[in-house]
Amino acid sequence: MKKTGAQILWECLEQQGVTTVFGYPGGAILPAYDALKHSNIHHVLVRHEQGATHMADGYARASGRVGVAIATSGPGATNMVTGMATAMLDSSPMVCITGQVGSKLIGSDAFQETDITGVTLPVTKHNYLVTHASEIAQVISEAFYVARSGRPGPVLVDITKDAQQSTCEFDGKPIEPQLPGYRPDLAPTQEEYKQALELIKNAKRPMILAGHGIILSGAMDEVRTFAEKTNIPVGLTLLGLGAFPASHPLSLGMMGMHGEAWLNTTIQEADLLIAFGMRFDDRVTGNLKTYAPNAKKIHIEIDRAEINKNVKVDVALVGDLKAVLRELLPNLKPQEHREWLAYIDRLKGDSAVRDIQNLPDNGHLYAAHVINDLWHETRDGDAVIVTDVGQHQMWEAQYYKHERPRTLITSGGLGTMGFALPAAIGVKAARPEADVWVVVGDGGFQMTMCELATMVQENLKVNIAIINNGYLGMIRQWQEFFYEKNYEASPILSPNFVKLADAFGIRSVAVTQRSEVVPTVKMAHEHKGPVLIDFQVDKEDAVYPMVAAGAGLHEMIRRPNPLLETATDA
Amino acid sequence: MLNTFVVHVENKPGVLTRVASLFRRRAFNIDSLTVGRTEKPEVSRMTIVVDADRDQAARVEANLYKLVNVLLVENITGKASICRDLAIIKISAKHNERSDILEIINVFRARVVDFAVDSLTIEITGGEEKVDRLLEVLRPYGILEMVRTGIVAMRRGTKGDEIAAATAAVTSGSRANGAATVAADDNVSYSV
Repeated sequence: MKKTGAQILWECLEQQGVTTVFGYPGGAILPAYDALKHSNIHHVLVRHEQGATHMADGYARASGRVGVAIATSGPGATNMVTGMATAMLDSSPMVCITGQVGSKLIGSDAFQETDITGVTLPVTKHNYLVTHASEIAQVISEAFYVARSGRPGPVLVDITKDAQQSTCEFDGKPIEPQLPGYRPDLAPTQEEYKQALELIKNAKRPMILAGHGIILSGAMDEVRTFAEKTNIPVGLTLLGLGAFPASHPLSLGMMGMHGEAWLNTTIQEADLLIAFGMRFDDRVTGNLKTYAPNAKKIHIEIDRAEINKNVKVDVALVGDLKAVLRELLPNLKPQEHREWLAYIDRLKGDSAVRDIQNLPDNGHLYAAHVINDLWHETRDGDAVIVTDVGQHQMWEAQYYKHERPRTLITSGGLGTMGFALPAAIGVKAARPEADVWVVVGDGGFQMTMCELATMVQENLKVNIAIINNGYLGMIRQWQEFFYEKNYEASPILSPNFVKLADAFGIRSVAVTQRSEVVPTVKMAHEHKGPVLIDFQVDKEDAVYPMVAAGAGLHEMIRRPNPLLETATDA
Repeated sequence: MLNTFVVHVENKPGVLTRVASLFRRRAFNIDSLTVGRTEKPEVSRMTIVVDADRDQAARVEANLYKLVNVLLVENITGKASICRDLAIIKISAKHNERSDILEIINVFRARVVDFAVDSLTIEITGGEEKVDRLLEVLRPYGILEMVRTGIVAMRRGTKGDEIAAATAAVTSGSRANGAATVAADDNVSYSV
């Protein structure tokens, strides 16, 4: 049967199980929008194409399915670049569909023409330019396969206007991807397994470094069995949070630049690091020259280009984490590591004294209090926290104890401010039953707050907690620590967020006292529609501990210990 | 250290850009890159010489494999192989210098491809070192123009099963050739 390229596009998306797409129409993609009337796919109209990509990304991270964003050529397509780069660095499966000018106009600098496949080459896993209706089915099948398999990532499909309009035979049968060079299914050799087991057997001070790969591979149970059988403590990366329960006795929390002091110290003193689906990012390692100097390293990772990229490892097991762990588990010998675990416990004591939660109330509202109370109020439910980038993101990572995977959605690798609100809309679209919370700074919120209208138009209940300190907080912190408190361009004026929310028909309230936090969160929970809470917190608090960029992981700036301070004062 | 990679890729538009972009993006240092057809029309073959230590070379290979259109990567550095560079060299050749130059050309088994009043153009094929040496010897006469292809390379011995396996699955699907041309369609508007 003859169909237009546009009709084929939607049918192929349906075949891939797509039920929701996030997009914004324009000239070059209008034929596709015209054909939407034949499809059951729900289209979410965004307010800016960047929002569409973050929504598709959030949708993917919350559900594990491929997220789909759609835009027109030229500015529509270039507005998607930040979202693709975000998904690329965080290995999020996403397909972006863009319209392109007619195939005969390509290269002529036609109205709204951009070479978007050229522009996105370094920020996509793969991309396609489609100039004929007959190619669409094949390309869509490959795009989805590439996006979700191996190490997931974004794939762009750029379709010319005439390819959408012209017709070709289409029988609706699913098409197999033809990717002879693409081999996402690597596996380690028996020899490599043996070497890894030998290192694990002989280690006295071993550590597991748990990353995002655990969640992507669905290997939570295997990791837990591994840790429990060997009694090896587990440190997590930012994107790994939730991959291993925070309440588990072997969990040491988050590592790295704003990681727990005891964990960073533990990594530096370990004699074996076993990395599960993580990539030794500079935010995790600090100075590579002094990183875990006494440790042998085992790296289990699906992307072989990550092996020996930042940290030279002794054994690399390249493959799907879940499959690799299933191979390792039966051959693991039970271990105790009592001394090592007792030592780590002692390290924790010092941090507890410095913890802002344990300091006497001075009447200020701190972000850490807000996060802690939010965690208390939402932890028993099906909460998903979507954070933006900056101080509030680190406080969330430190104080919200994630027990399950896909309950923290955050831009880690690219650190994209403005990610939270649109991503949360995507999360809610993927998981309507979930209790979705945006935790966002006053700076990042203003980057994409136009998407409030999208949220309201879609009738989605997402609660928003703005951690409002009147500064670009992390910038201010760096200026305080490293630029002699020269607060250049970091104080930021915000609108009256309560009035702003009111203009969108969103219930809103400002909170300035700690005592108001819990009742307000409860109110937000009970209210049917979305609620925006403007938490006006202490202006100049800093995130501790901190490893300065380029410093060793053990060289942490710590929150002043009040007991020691008192002793000095006396 | 120079590493030589033979990279078998699908013959599709944009593949060269993808490979070149990868090297730029990862700051790998390309010494030379050649690309050409093979015995299979659907497969192109690149010979890429990269300045890299062992770890970097492994990463070059791993990153090449991340490109969806890359079929097989062979690092033939230090392996029995044939590596050939082709150079066309135009040298100033005054009447009294010609016989000397022709003698040199003979020794190097190069060929004269053009003869002008006061210049000679020669062609040489060989390992990079051989071409370098010829250039060195000719330099005193005055090199007017020179172009080199960069090396193309092939492993010695019978064709590996690996290559056969990697390229067997490649078919010239309708897509590779841009499908059948669509007849002009009144329902299609080409402008946005």
